[in-house]
Amino acid sequence: MTHPDIPSAYVRDKRTPPPSREELRARIPGWGVDLDPVDRPSYPKLQYPADTGAHWDFPERQPQKWPREHSIEHAFVTPVFGTAQPPKGLSGVVRKYAYARFSEGRLAHWLLLVAGDRIDAAEHRLRSFASTRPDVPATGIRSEFTRGGLRSRRGRSDARHHLLDPVVVAGPWVAGAGAAVLGVRKVTRALRR
Amino acid sequence: MRAMVYRGPYKIRVEDKPMPVIEHPNDAIVRVTLAAICGSDLHLYHGLMPDTRVGHTFGHEFIGVVEQVGSSVQNLQVGDRVMVPFNIFCGSCWYCARGLYSNCHNVNPNATAVGGIYGYSHTTGGYDGGQAEFVRVPFADVGPVKIPDWMDDEDAVLLTDAAATGYFGAQLGEIAEGDTVVVLGAGPVGLVAAQSAWLMGAGRVIVVDHLKERLEKARTMAYAETLDYDEYDDVVVELKKQTDYLGADVVIEAVGAEADGNLAQQVTGPKLKLQGGAATALNWAIDGVRKGGNVSVVGAYGPIPNAVKFGDALNKGLTLRMNQTPVKRQWPRMFEHVRNGFLTPRQMVTHRFSLEEIPEAYHVFSSKLDGCIKPLIVPSAA
Repeated sequence: MTHPDIPSAYVRDKRTPPPSREELRARIPGWGVDLDPVDRPSYPKLQYPADTGAHWDFPERQPQKWPREHSIEHAFVTPVFGTAQPPKGLSGVVRKYAYARFSEGRLAHWLLLVAGDRIDAAEHRLRSFASTRPDVPATGIRSEFTRGGLRSRRGRSDARHHLLDPVVVAGPWVAGAGAAVLGVRKVTRALRR
Repeated sequence: MRAMVYRGPYKIRVEDKPMPVIEHPNDAIVRVTLAAICGSDLHLYHGLMPDTRVGHTFGHEFIGVVEQVGSSVQNLQVGDRVMVPFNIFCGSCWYCARGLYSNCHNVNPNATAVGGIYGYSHTTGGYDGGQAEFVRVPFADVGPVKIPDWMDDEDAVLLTDAAATGYFGAQLGEIAEGDTVVVLGAGPVGLVAAQSAWLMGAGRVIVVDHLKERLEKARTMAYAETLDYDEYDDVVVELKKQTDYLGADVVIEAVGAEADGNLAQQVTGPKLKLQGGAATALNWAIDGVRKGGNVSVVGAYGPIPNAVKFGDALNKGLTLRMNQTPVKRQWPRMFEHVRNGFLTPRQMVTHRFSLEEIPEAYHVFSSKLDGCIKPLIVPSAA
């Protein structure tokens, strides 16, 4: 027998055997009811269900209201798809290009879609300033006061990066406001000349 | 109808939107009676998921009442109370025919790498979700199930994703009797994964997190040992010490792209978006499991690359298993476990918000204020 101070990893068997079945069953409700892999719903991985509810070989095709953007790794637009938020504006142009030009395997595809997201948010933000309900930098902040913002974070290591949130959220707004001020000043000066 | 609407990162509000309509003969329209915010909704909320469009309604955990059915719907009737899996799936493609419902090929034109998901950006198909008064449910004959009379509504809504994903995560771990199982993350998915690990014969279950109230829940709800990583300089070393320097036989990664625990990963991922998110938990899983062990990943990641220690996974001879959960496949067995009290999803619900309060709900859940573990949303038309 090797010295008992040598940990399990360095000898043949685990030094501390697991608790007995009886002990575990007494402590944990339902311990071991799925012990046999056959009782686990995802075993084996590929499993032909008797009836999925589908009564078609290939589903009827949903009509397209606009040429639906789709991954070029697909043979065609899938028979069913979401119709929420059709592509519009500059963000729509960027998104349609990302789908039409680059497969999912290309980083450019995803980076263009992320760029589209930021353009989309900026487009809607500008439009919101002309509406009765302008965008704000972040929502739900009231809960910081009503749900114990400080109390809840006391002693938590993630509070360090929470400090960055205001910078991440307000940064683009500050930059946007700065750019607007500079632009206005430039135009005013040009007009004065 | 009233619906939660995305306005850009960190910004959501409630708006009046047009009622959803039947767009395909097998669609149904469901009036939502209870919904939930999922941890993965926070990836959308923080702007991490590509092609998340302004105006999008999130929400893939919901139950409700059938309001209207399309002309080819046979299995549901108006007035049925239904629980709807978060996956949208056709039931007939190559993948669905083999039980891989979460990988359906007929519902997401935007990407082949992921199936259809309600309210989860255009990358998963561009369907508006269930954090609203009404929602379009495609393939009504395939996805939804009538809620059993004995089932509590809160259990039902949690079975549509969080609980099913926890149970699936334990299955992916291929747990053998007596195994030491480490669950990373004591959120809703991790808590059910820990409960499920026992059902599959684990000899020891250790849950890792840093939020005190979640660790307490892991002890009381899942009978697990807990490890608060804030108390250690290096949680992986502590895991090795606690497992006699072997590492865990199985690690279940139930955290995903917004993991805490490594400031550099947080800043380069969720904050600055220079990578697809923080791969901290995934790296801890790879480091914390024993050589030849299994890593099960059910934490959600987007399509943009992450800084993952793949070489260690190779050198350790690990088996990495992962997928989005094929929810409906889990249900018959899970229903038994819920009925028998072996799985108790509704124990993790901490907050209930009205739909009008959803901006606060997102902020509370995202910043983990007020001990929030799982927030539910009650639409006003409910």
